[in-house]
Amino acid sequence: MTNWDRFVETFFNAKMMARYLPDILQGTLVTIQIAGLVIVSGLVLGLALALLRSLGFRPLNLLIVFVVDLFRALPPLVIIVFIYFGLPAGGVKNWGFIATWLSLTLVLMAFSEEIFWAGITSIPKGQWEAARSTGLSYGQALMSVVLPQALRLTIPPLTNRTIAITKGTALASVVAVGEILGMASSAVSNSYNPSPLTMAAIVYLILFFPMVVFGRYLETRMAWKR
Amino acid sequence: MAARPVVEARGIHKHFGAHHVLKGVDLVLAERELAFVIGPSGSGKSTLLRCLNRLEEPSSGSVVVDGVDMLDPRTDLNHARQRIGMVFQSFNLYPHMTALGNVTLALRKVAGKLREEAEVLGRKALERVGLAEKAGHTPGQLSGGQQQRVAIARAIALEPRVMLFDEPTSSLDPELVGSVLGVMRDLRQSGMAMVVVSHEMGFARNAADRVLFMDYGVIVEEGTPAQIFEAPKQDRTRGFIGQIQKH
Repeated sequence: MTNWDRFVETFFNAKMMARYLPDILQGTLVTIQIAGLVIVSGLVLGLALALLRSLGFRPLNLLIVFVVDLFRALPPLVIIVFIYFGLPAGGVKNWGFIATWLSLTLVLMAFSEEIFWAGITSIPKGQWEAARSTGLSYGQALMSVVLPQALRLTIPPLTNRTIAITKGTALASVVAVGEILGMASSAVSNSYNPSPLTMAAIVYLILFFPMVVFGRYLETRMAWKR
Repeated sequence: MAARPVVEARGIHKHFGAHHVLKGVDLVLAERELAFVIGPSGSGKSTLLRCLNRLEEPSSGSVVVDGVDMLDPRTDLNHARQRIGMVFQSFNLYPHMTALGNVTLALRKVAGKLREEAEVLGRKALERVGLAEKAGHTPGQLSGGQQQRVAIARAIALEPRVMLFDEPTSSLDPELVGSVLGVMRDLRQSGMAMVVVSHEMGFARNAADRVLFMDYGVIVEEGTPAQIFEAPKQDRTRGFIGQIQKH
């Protein structure tokens, strides 16, 4: 047996891959579920916080900034473990899944709030003034004039951050969620062969590579001449 | 009986922190009148203009536009602002909308017009500034002069009672200034009351009814263009006029 054969046997073992493919596919579904839920709830909450912050109520803004900084500072894994073991689950089904969803949502909320907020504040004052001078209310100026421009500016950093946080779904394996990495890890310990892990890496690539490309596409499409 | 003035601002003071920018300024503008405000930078011209539609909050004084008390907390400011068109030095067009979109936004959102009706009015306004064929262009596809004319169309589409111009040609290349001044002249011909803050002295001579010279937050002197440009009474006015005419 050559070294090459040993390498293939270890990491690209066709028999092992075939045996654990169904598990990995099942895990893929779970990963997609968590990721999809996190993206939607995280971005919606982040935008909502940024809009609240734009109202300029000082006590509210201090609270928002504190919450945002808290979840930007804590490692996602710490939040997951804390929620999973710390909050009274009381026998809730899929508690690991929920804890992961909740944790990553809070993290994406925090980071995306900062990005949305940066976008809103980067729109020149003159845009507000022009809109208000024609009689648009604060809310109308925000929704029709400022936010559409701000959202375009936020797309590149938002895409990057969303991908980074969505990859954090792999952390769910720590709290016994059967997502891709969780499935692959248990397959590795059952089979004494790391090939399922190779498969997991390939699936991650298949999932996230298009997201990266899509982000790049949005970046160029959303640019406009001033 | 004298007609009610379109704008009646009395005793306007404005403080920015310790900085006293306006020190009791009066500005009364009659129907169809064009008042032209000149003065060195930092003299408070723009701030005065911005107090008239409350983009800037006057520290004290009174502002009545078209019979509406702009400083009364019960006044619906958004409604009142439709009657006060404003044109900015840096155009401030919405870059994500077409020219027509820029002009129709307030018609739809504030004046409550349906899209079709707003677009008819919007096209009419663009026609008045000579840009009917640019309705579908975005600001990025227009020259500075064209952008400023779209900004004028955005304001006049709401049929304001008075137009405020805040240095409308100051950020334009010299060859584009003429087209904007031309539109302003047409507006003047149509009887629009206007307050213009600008350095276009040629336009002031031809089109202004009254020239106001501001310095250090007060109106130092006002009169007809001939009085102010040919025979200023105050030393400060004479100094300023002399300086700008050297160029």
